Amino acid sequence: MSETVNKTPTTFRERVMEALRSFGLPRLIIAGFLLLLFILAPFVNADLPMQITNTINRFSWNAVLVLAMVPMVHSGCGLNFGLPLGIVAGLLGGTLSIELGFRGPMSFFTSVLIATPFALLFGVGYGWLLNHIKGGEMMIATYVGFSSVSFMCMMWLLLPYHSPNMVWGLSGKGLRTTISLEGYYDKALANFLQINIGKFSIPVGTLLFFALLAFCMWAFLHTKTGTAMTAVGSNPTFARAAGINVDKIRLLSVVMSTWLGAVGILVYQQGFGFIQLYNAPFYMALPAVSAILIGGASVNKASIMNVIIGTFLFQGIVTMTPTVMNNMIHMDMSEVIRMIASNGMILYALTRKTEVRR
Amino acid sequence: MSQLVKPASGRSSGKGIGAFLAGNSVPIMFILICAVCIPISGFSVPYLLNEIMSRLGRNAFLILSLLIPIMAGMGLNFGMTLGAMAGEIALIFVSDWQIWGIPGMVLAMIVSIPFSVLLGLFCGKILNMAKGREMITSYIISFFINGVYQLVVLYMMGPIIPIAHSSIKLPRGYGIRNTVSLLNMRQSLDNAVSFRIGGVKIPVITLLIIAAMCLLIVWFRRTKLGQDMRAVGQDLQVAKDAGIDVERTRIISIVISTVLAGIGMIIYLQNMGNLSTYSSHSQVGMFCIAALLVGGASVDRASIGNVFLGVILFHTMFIVAPNAGTKITGDSMIGEYFRVFVSYGVITVALIMYETKKRRARASMGRQLEAEQQEAMRA
Amino acid sequence: MPKEVVKRMTTAKQTGAPLLEMRNVKKNFFGNQVLTDINLKLEAGQVLGLVGENGAGKTTLMKILFGMDEIRETGGYGGDIFLNGEKVNFSSPFDALAKGIGMVHQEFSLIPGFTATENILLNREPKKENVVSLVFGERMNTLERREMDRQSEAAIEKMGVRIDENMLINNMPVGHKQFTEIARELSKEQLQLLILDEPTAVLTEHEAVALLDSIRGMASRGIAVIFITHRLQEILSVCDKVAVMRDGCLVQNVNAKDTSVQEITRWMVGRNISSGENKHRQLAHQNVIMSIRHLWVDMPGETVRDVNLDVFEGEILGIGGLAGQGKLGIPNGVMGLYEAGGQVTFRGNEIALNAPRRCLDASLAFVSEDRRGVGLLLDESLEWNIAFPAMQIQNKFLKSYLGGLIKWRDEKAIRDVTEKYIDELAIKCTSSRQNAKELSGGNQQKVCLAKAFALEPQFLFVSEPTRGIDVGAKSLVLNALKKFNQESGVTIVMISSELEELRQVCDRIAIVSGGRIAGILPASDSSEDFGMLMVSQVK
Repeated sequence: MSETVNKTPTTFRERVMEALRSFGLPRLIIAGFLLLLFILAPFVNADLPMQITNTINRFSWNAVLVLAMVPMVHSGCGLNFGLPLGIVAGLLGGTLSIELGFRGPMSFFTSVLIATPFALLFGVGYGWLLNHIKGGEMMIATYVGFSSVSFMCMMWLLLPYHSPNMVWGLSGKGLRTTISLEGYYDKALANFLQINIGKFSIPVGTLLFFALLAFCMWAFLHTKTGTAMTAVGSNPTFARAAGINVDKIRLLSVVMSTWLGAVGILVYQQGFGFIQLYNAPFYMALPAVSAILIGGASVNKASIMNVIIGTFLFQGIVTMTPTVMNNMIHMDMSEVIRMIASNGMILYALTRKTEVRR
Repeated sequence: MSQLVKPASGRSSGKGIGAFLAGNSVPIMFILICAVCIPISGFSVPYLLNEIMSRLGRNAFLILSLLIPIMAGMGLNFGMTLGAMAGEIALIFVSDWQIWGIPGMVLAMIVSIPFSVLLGLFCGKILNMAKGREMITSYIISFFINGVYQLVVLYMMGPIIPIAHSSIKLPRGYGIRNTVSLLNMRQSLDNAVSFRIGGVKIPVITLLIIAAMCLLIVWFRRTKLGQDMRAVGQDLQVAKDAGIDVERTRIISIVISTVLAGIGMIIYLQNMGNLSTYSSHSQVGMFCIAALLVGGASVDRASIGNVFLGVILFHTMFIVAPNAGTKITGDSMIGEYFRVFVSYGVITVALIMYETKKRRARASMGRQLEAEQQEAMRA
Repeated sequence: MPKEVVKRMTTAKQTGAPLLEMRNVKKNFFGNQVLTDINLKLEAGQVLGLVGENGAGKTTLMKILFGMDEIRETGGYGGDIFLNGEKVNFSSPFDALAKGIGMVHQEFSLIPGFTATENILLNREPKKENVVSLVFGERMNTLERREMDRQSEAAIEKMGVRIDENMLINNMPVGHKQFTEIARELSKEQLQLLILDEPTAVLTEHEAVALLDSIRGMASRGIAVIFITHRLQEILSVCDKVAVMRDGCLVQNVNAKDTSVQEITRWMVGRNISSGENKHRQLAHQNVIMSIRHLWVDMPGETVRDVNLDVFEGEILGIGGLAGQGKLGIPNGVMGLYEAGGQVTFRGNEIALNAPRRCLDASLAFVSEDRRGVGLLLDESLEWNIAFPAMQIQNKFLKSYLGGLIKWRDEKAIRDVTEKYIDELAIKCTSSRQNAKELSGGNQQKVCLAKAFALEPQFLFVSEPTRGIDVGAKSLVLNALKKFNQESGVTIVMISSELEELRQVCDRIAIVSGGRIAGILPASDSSEDFGMLMVSQVK
């Protein structure tokens, strides 16, 4: 019954209030909190350049994982709590690449290459499943992610890996929980064109790699198929009436998300320097989900800008809180604050009323 | 309940064994897993029975707390973790006050209730704002409140909330230790009255409490509130049109569930004998839900029978899987991972079955129309 | 004409005041007058048949009487309603229930997993106190099952139709669900007036007869009944009085025994406007462009059964009929939005059903009746809304790179076409980038038309193009359609509940009744003939 013609805000004050309302209170609190941290940093003798370098570095590790949220949000599959599935594909790519003896920065690209068929396979299966349970995607995605991770826990022990750098030294079989990437793709992207000015150090290669993927995503959303994907997410019935094969588009979006998840974890590993197996991927979806929400996305709308802003804000808080808090009150409450902030953000997004759709 | 079942069973009996197998696929699968694993694991029967009995006493009450939100149509209450946290906070206080044994437990239960009610109110209010996606929301709420719980227990206990006894405090002077020993409370309820039958210890009081809880739930279904919850669970709009305060009813169902989970957590921890301050609650929700589903419950339907069947099957699997895994593969971790995988897998399968059932419910009226028309044309 | 318009009473407190009296009740929705000066009187024990085409205002009138929320939310109503001589203004259906008004809606309002008894007494169950309830309040009272059974049995007794009070709603045939609803209203002690909104629509013939008997039974117990139906024969057989509504006015209020089906039909449809507005064209050659054979469509509430229809090239064909009879199912089925079967050929080629893409590829287009649900991307710009189907189906507004490998959105072409239609159809908006949800209903409808026009189809289905939009926008939309037909030679099939509108625009009008085509007449035929077709096979 909202047949009213658009009310354009008239006064400046109304316009500001309107902008604030659309921005959302939690987002405002988080952005304000980060700003406060930056302001406080010099006063509590925190090393600001160091902090900024850390933030940028962590941004470069995580941005692709956050980008992996975008296709599924666009096609109306909701937040991709099933990200661990893509991560598992990435882990397979990374470990197989080492197993096959690829070394140096080259091994990063072979990892991506090897991860791709797994990601496509998992993505197709996962997408097929999500097409059968429309409406319940998010909960099932969460548990598909968990099931796949716990299944792989068994596989890491059972698969016949032999590379001495990866298996347990004693028994000679079964992968270790943490695998060092030294000599493999450690900093494979970060060292490319790295800029070092005084204390600042910027991993240009990683940022460029993210920029490339983000550009591809942006470009894709401007093509015919990308347009169809957005329309499917906005109103699936409309898209169907316009002759779009809704299930096919959704499947495509899930495959894209899964592949980006696989690449995302490889980018993360090359920055971090280690492959973490077994239980590590369990809770990797939540930071990515809350990052994109903090960036301004909702359950069914997300843009590249949301990814960049969100990752920056989220990683900024992750890096800044421990030092600033520690220096200020000698208490490291960062873990707790991150937990409350990120899950609070997801809760906020879930309780927003999405527009009435029949 | 009996009248509820009558027409449905009357129909399914016509379809025979196939329908029965399809309807109970999850419990049957678990019976098979257990049947294969028990001999391989090499455990003796009395040992197994003893373990199962102990776990039944430990877990059944917690799982019972899940029934009421399912009745009110709010699905699996992943927010039961909130109750578990309330129970833990109560236990921390009680052990700080050095009140042990059964009096300590009773006091802990009483202390847990206000916390549970507050958390339940919060959870219920939020879930009312997220109708249609209660499960994912309650799941995230459990993470959110876990953050708040850590804030309170790790930082506020000591400086803000007085904690006298240093044995439970971290060496740094504030915050609670990772493990709080409940040695003086350990199995005080289970051992209060107990006897052995063929080597199996029967914790009489614990079982009596669980039985009383079952009776209470049966009775609750017959009350006005229980009836309202069933109505709200089946059709929110119709219930609202009939004048039932839907929002309030839903909140009450979550509050009851949270309070029961808090009490259940105290029973659980007295059996364990120690409290892992930062991790006890985080897994409890998942294992309880998995056990309930293994017992044959679904997202929208669960009975007391499901609870007991579930506890027995799920925990048998839990006990025998590590050993069986080691025997088969020679690696002790395989079985551990296997049981975690099975818990997650079972929840995944149950959720998928629930969603596909909802979709299939839309009857294939088209086929009927076509048939009608062809008949008319032939005539 | 209005012989029996109720005489105004001087004082409300006059003894022997009627059970229900409405005085000058009126209602408008956003400046749209949907009810004008309704005056109505009903005595205890009387049965009033309320008839009229869909959109005539019957349902709105009943919603006012029943105090439904949506009436208040849209600005309330004008005029006064008296119950037993006392002025009432219900702020919710619960107030109406308390005053003894019961209503059985078209959609069932039943809990599927409850028995008939539990539904009949929903939220009014007899209860017993117990220890717990003394502490925690009355919601912890236990239900008194035996008393519940007794009360529901009594209500079923009162209704006079046997249903099994222990059967689950899930397992009931549809007719029994209807009876359960009626029994629920009858179980309310204070019930004085019962409103039945098309209760026989879902009943078998046998059940319908039983219901009519039961209505007579209720009346003899002193309960007044307002009976809304399209089956006029039923009205004549059970009602004391018949009230006919048309375009929001009460046009007739007579004794049932003084009238006939023909007369009522004429009142329902009949303005005696000669349809001179539309110059009837003689189409030069009558080429069949689309032929539909044995079409069935499973569209909930608009089922289509065995429809056979030929559409001629270049004409505007109207499809009319009462709501729920299946007229909406025809375009939705042909265009693949609801499951359908049968055979549809377009220009001699068979078109696959259940595949929207095939229809669009064959240059058919469809403007859906469900603007917000199917017609629009509410959260996207007008540009997207208008250009999207043409882009996806015909690769318009795209720039091709790398030999067609990359099909890039051509934003400028999209803006141009959007602005062209904004001008042509006078769409009121701030810019072509405004979101569709911010427009008014009429302008949204124009966007839907623009979307179809941008496809440049050879054949266009338009479903309920004027539903819920104001008078000004209405004529604009209709004129745009006529112009599109005349200038581009596009064949148009227009589906509408408003017969007059069809008669203004169309060349021929097919009337759907009971899911079938009841007949096809030239638009110049009399309203009465159309009316007879409309009620001919009502199910």
